[in-house]
Amino acid sequence: MPRKTLAEFKVEHLRVLDENGHVDPELEPDLSTEQLHALYRGMVRARELDQRMLNLQRQGRIGTFGPCTGQEAPSCSAALAMKDDDWFVGAFRELGGRLMRGEPLTGTLFFHNGWEEGNVLPPEVSRRMLPFTIIVASQCLHAAGVGFAASQRGQGEAVVCFSGDGATSEGDFHEGLNFAGVWKAPVVFVSQNNQWAISVPREMQTSSQTLAQKGIAYDMPCIQVDGNDALACYVAISEALERARRGEGPSLIEAVTYRLLMHTTADDPRKYRTEDEEKEWWQKEPLIRFQKYMTAKGIWDDAKEEALRTELRAEVDEAVQTLESQKPWPAERPFDHVFAEPHPSITRQREEFLANLKEEADA
Amino acid sequence: MPKLTMVQALNLALREEMERDESVLVMGEDVGIDGGVFRVTDGLHEQFGPQRSLDTPLAESGILGTAIGMAIAGLRPVAEMQFSGFSYLMMGQWEGNATRMRSRTQGQHTCPLVVRMPYGGGVRALEHHSESREAMYATCPGGKVVIPSGPRNARALLLAAIRDDDPVVFMEPKHSYRSFREEVPEESETMPIGQAQVAREGDDLTVVAWGAMMRPTLKAVDEVAAKGASIEVIDLLTINPLDSDTICASVQKTGRCVIVQEAPRSFGVASEIIARINDDVLLYLEAPIKRLTGYDVVTPYFGREKSYIPPVSRIVHGLRETLEF
Repeated sequence: MPRKTLAEFKVEHLRVLDENGHVDPELEPDLSTEQLHALYRGMVRARELDQRMLNLQRQGRIGTFGPCTGQEAPSCSAALAMKDDDWFVGAFRELGGRLMRGEPLTGTLFFHNGWEEGNVLPPEVSRRMLPFTIIVASQCLHAAGVGFAASQRGQGEAVVCFSGDGATSEGDFHEGLNFAGVWKAPVVFVSQNNQWAISVPREMQTSSQTLAQKGIAYDMPCIQVDGNDALACYVAISEALERARRGEGPSLIEAVTYRLLMHTTADDPRKYRTEDEEKEWWQKEPLIRFQKYMTAKGIWDDAKEEALRTELRAEVDEAVQTLESQKPWPAERPFDHVFAEPHPSITRQREEFLANLKEEADA
Repeated sequence: MPKLTMVQALNLALREEMERDESVLVMGEDVGIDGGVFRVTDGLHEQFGPQRSLDTPLAESGILGTAIGMAIAGLRPVAEMQFSGFSYLMMGQWEGNATRMRSRTQGQHTCPLVVRMPYGGGVRALEHHSESREAMYATCPGGKVVIPSGPRNARALLLAAIRDDDPVVFMEPKHSYRSFREEVPEESETMPIGQAQVAREGDDLTVVAWGAMMRPTLKAVDEVAAKGASIEVIDLLTINPLDSDTICASVQKTGRCVIVQEAPRSFGVASEIIARINDDVLLYLEAPIKRLTGYDVVTPYFGREKSYIPPVSRIVHGLRETLEF
């Protein structure tokens, strides 16, 4: 009996906008000026807040956080492609997308200053957005479950779920893709390959040639895109969302990008990677090429750039002011959110805690 | 009232809730067409279809993780872990997400879900099929742990667990699945989670037990009570949050306490109960509190498991020692 080929697979790479802002007209998505401006604004807004947070952290005015600088394109493109009723399920480096979906800047700041109150979002935002996920890849399963519930409702809701290159080593990543695949759940998995999981490079994470090909095992369409090219991200995510809405199930998109800064502010990249490597990636970062693209289209200029930066810096200033003028929330609040209904044993501990606080304050 | 086994009573509860509330679904390994390896979900597939009686891929973290997503998105999943011994693969999702979502978002996102799992020994099963690890789940704030002891309270507590707005690990003593029947009312009844039940009233000694240990405990109590002792028996029913009020009120009255626990001795529920008694009613004690427990060894294969689970004779002996102290 001759051996037969049962299946053959391929993995495509998509880039629409090159590092110098030159667009491939064949691949260019049909976006209005307003949409292009919104996408750029989203990316710059994340960059401005990120840079300010870095300063604040260095001055001890907020806690540890994981900067998103250089990775603005995938989540902002997703936010632009999503509908109001779609679900945003993130990890922890999707600041741009979160803000575009309506998370207030103050939410981000409160969260990173150690207050759960930062996760409390306006109801119209929280109804379709899950909070930060710090346990790597665990959100991939939540996305599959949300997707299952969404398809039960049958109102065309889809889910966009973010994780990173490190997450592809976790069981929950594979279980999430597998469950979503079996259920044909309307989920778009976006794997932000930023090359580094803290100090472990992409090549040490997996021997797979691409992360996109992980989707092949779960029979889902998969593609690798230039993750610093917001247009490529937009095209791939839009196509995947359309498939999801048509009932064709999940997709996996590998967005190749780069974490230009440290993993978190507690990390020092000099221990494991070179400055040259970082410099090389600064040449490919997503904002400058997008700005060049818009300028070439005649819809952007220095005056607009200046006005945008001024506006966003003022917005960030105001959010920081709100952060710093915020009085601490009640210390006992964690006791109020253990269970839906208070249990006497927790209520007594709450009273004990308050009595301890009073005693310590009086002492 | 029909006399049902615990398996039948649990099945009844699931059927009732799925009829009452369209957002309820059962999910897990072999729960659909097969009706579960213990048949707890038998017939639900025929009645409610594959989307509400959902056979999942074989992955415990996957089952709880997707149930979390479903619960956030408005469903009320009742997930089954085929055996509690396989459930540790879901511990990351339980500790990391299910029990924290309410607190993390201050109530904006919650996880109203139930994870059912058969636990405990005495059924001559393979390795990993006989453990009693309720304490592991009980140590995670924000999650509830419920253990019924008989068909009637199993049905009432499972209804309550499904209606509860917090995540519940519902541990089913598989030794009691079919070993006895009880009258279970046809009309729906629930029992409050977080409350223990006084199963027998008495004045001389308080005995606390739960799950599969209730039957041998009651037998032992009958034997000792026949000789004139008045013994109060508390069926814990909920492990977390623990109803220390009922326990402490009883110990305040009797001055003596024995705790019967299938799980290993150390770092378990019995230790916590002793700590609570110490906090609230220590000075009422007339005898040291006794723990009758498993041992701090890896649960042995079934060839020798019988001697490792507290038997009636050991409980009788323990009750007498504490009464006579």
